[in-house]
Amino acid sequence: MKELRLMKGNEAIAEAAIRYGVDGYFGYPITPQSEILEHLMAEEPYKKTGMVVLQAESEVASINMVYGGAACGKRAMTTSSSPGISLMQEGLSYIAGAELPCLVVNVVRGGPGLGTIQPSQADYFQTTKGGGHGDYRLITLAPASVQEMYDFVALAFELAFKYRNPAMILSDGVIGQVMEKVQIDDYKPRWTDEYIKKSFPWATTGKNPNTPHVIVTSLELDSSKQEQVNIRIQKKYRECEAKEVRYELINCEDAEYLFVAYGSSARICQKAIQLGREKGIKVGLVRPITLWPFPSKILNEMADKVKGMLSVEMSAGQMVEDVLLATKHKIKVEHYGRFGGIIPTPQEVLHALETKIIGG
Amino acid sequence: MNREDIIKPENLVYRRTPVLTENIMHYCPGCGHGTAHRLVAEVIEEMGIQEKTIGIAPVGCSVLAYNYFEVDMQEAAHGRAPALATAVKRLKPDFFVFSYQGDGDLAAIGTGETIHACNRGENITMIFINNGIYGMTGGQMAPTTLEDMKTSTSPYGREVQSMGNPLKITELLAQLPGTCYVTRQAVYTPALVRKCKRAIRQAFENQKENKGVSFVEIVSNCNSGWKMTPTASNQWLEDNMLPFYPLGDIKVSK
Repeated sequence: MKELRLMKGNEAIAEAAIRYGVDGYFGYPITPQSEILEHLMAEEPYKKTGMVVLQAESEVASINMVYGGAACGKRAMTTSSSPGISLMQEGLSYIAGAELPCLVVNVVRGGPGLGTIQPSQADYFQTTKGGGHGDYRLITLAPASVQEMYDFVALAFELAFKYRNPAMILSDGVIGQVMEKVQIDDYKPRWTDEYIKKSFPWATTGKNPNTPHVIVTSLELDSSKQEQVNIRIQKKYRECEAKEVRYELINCEDAEYLFVAYGSSARICQKAIQLGREKGIKVGLVRPITLWPFPSKILNEMADKVKGMLSVEMSAGQMVEDVLLATKHKIKVEHYGRFGGIIPTPQEVLHALETKIIGG
Repeated sequence: MNREDIIKPENLVYRRTPVLTENIMHYCPGCGHGTAHRLVAEVIEEMGIQEKTIGIAPVGCSVLAYNYFEVDMQEAAHGRAPALATAVKRLKPDFFVFSYQGDGDLAAIGTGETIHACNRGENITMIFINNGIYGMTGGQMAPTTLEDMKTSTSPYGREVQSMGNPLKITELLAQLPGTCYVTRQAVYTPALVRKCKRAIRQAFENQKENKGVSFVEIVSNCNSGWKMTPTASNQWLEDNMLPFYPLGDIKVSK
């Protein structure tokens, strides 16, 4: 029986990082996710697993520290919230370009600009469509519970190392701040330097006497070679799209209508389903767990079975564009959202389904 | 005496250090970067730390430094080398870690990373090439450009009232408790090259004792950017750069 604890989502991220055997955390305080750095500092993981935790001078420095650690083959991570994640976009592009694995957690707050410290899901475009410069993608996991905040730390690192690409946990202020019970693991040992040297020949682990030195870079001035780099990276992304799509179907078996929602919006939709079914509306939920790669195939299949879909997001309508692309206008698809830090109620979500999809 | 009689190990007076690759450097003929590279590489060879050294390259003229140092290298985003070096050293504390940056990289866009890595006292060596100009992008004004100095973005000379003052970042860093060794060197004469090498050696040796940042500024020429012959640029360096950026140790901790 695993140990159960009552934790905040942010604390779960920190605790999972220590217990999974992360080597280095580099971060800068920002609401609503400062508990992650606070929890890490309070737990003194250096004494438990040898994990390095450092408060950097900025998010720019944080993400570049992550680059340095990742380039050594270490498990390196940072966390922030929307304005801080904007500052990290340069670094993320370099990390993707240098094909390094790492974890970045975004506990999203409302924008644009300084916006609000209240929850939001308005960073979907930034996360799934690029954010930084150049053709790259972030493997994006969207937790809908504190348990998933914990579990996705390990999953994100596994995917990041499998594809040598940065992974993002796209959370929000609700999941970061809410307290739920969490099953936690025992402490796993960190990778040894010998294991890293043997397993990751791309990493800077010290030059071997009989092989050339290792260079970690995203620069290739010869365009014909740079095109080949891009082709290789895109091939990796196609493989990721084929193999790594994750989603959850809730009450979809007999559904005539569907909510499509991730993260805390998916939790609100579950309550809206209950209210709807009490009124005789057969509604279900498709919950994307990976936002990139996006579960387009299942949404396309579901479009042949249901009459309409409502994309529910705490944004002005971002994921809805991917739902529209996936369903190819076979059925009616609409967006419902609140933004600026306002969390929709299950009643208003159900009302939106009734007016925009069923009656619309 | 024939050729074979001469080519013998005991007659060797000069060779390429194996810590430099055989790649032909892209630097302009006459530029100080090549000499600075060689000194760093020779120190790594002489200390026997080639397999225990990780270098961080910048963005600027020395962006391709990773092609020349035969040690494991990481290429940083513009200005961010001290952040990378911080993480590498913290996660691999038994390694020797150095950054190699120019003045635009270290003293303009990367000022924050530079100051905070120095203030934290990261146990690393920072090599700083100051030639008072952005060389790679074609000779624009740098934070270190002298007053009245002409560049492509200060074509009538740096007018400090509107363009700001040349930044003595090295003196600034010497004020921070996290730096243990701060020195300013040059490489345009054989005597200065030898002196500079001793400073770089000291800056690497300090890492064995966890003393904090060792910072070596090398005042260098940019004959292409300054639009001079190499010889004239070295004379200009002596006549104009050195009065404002005087050579010598600025801070030596016991």
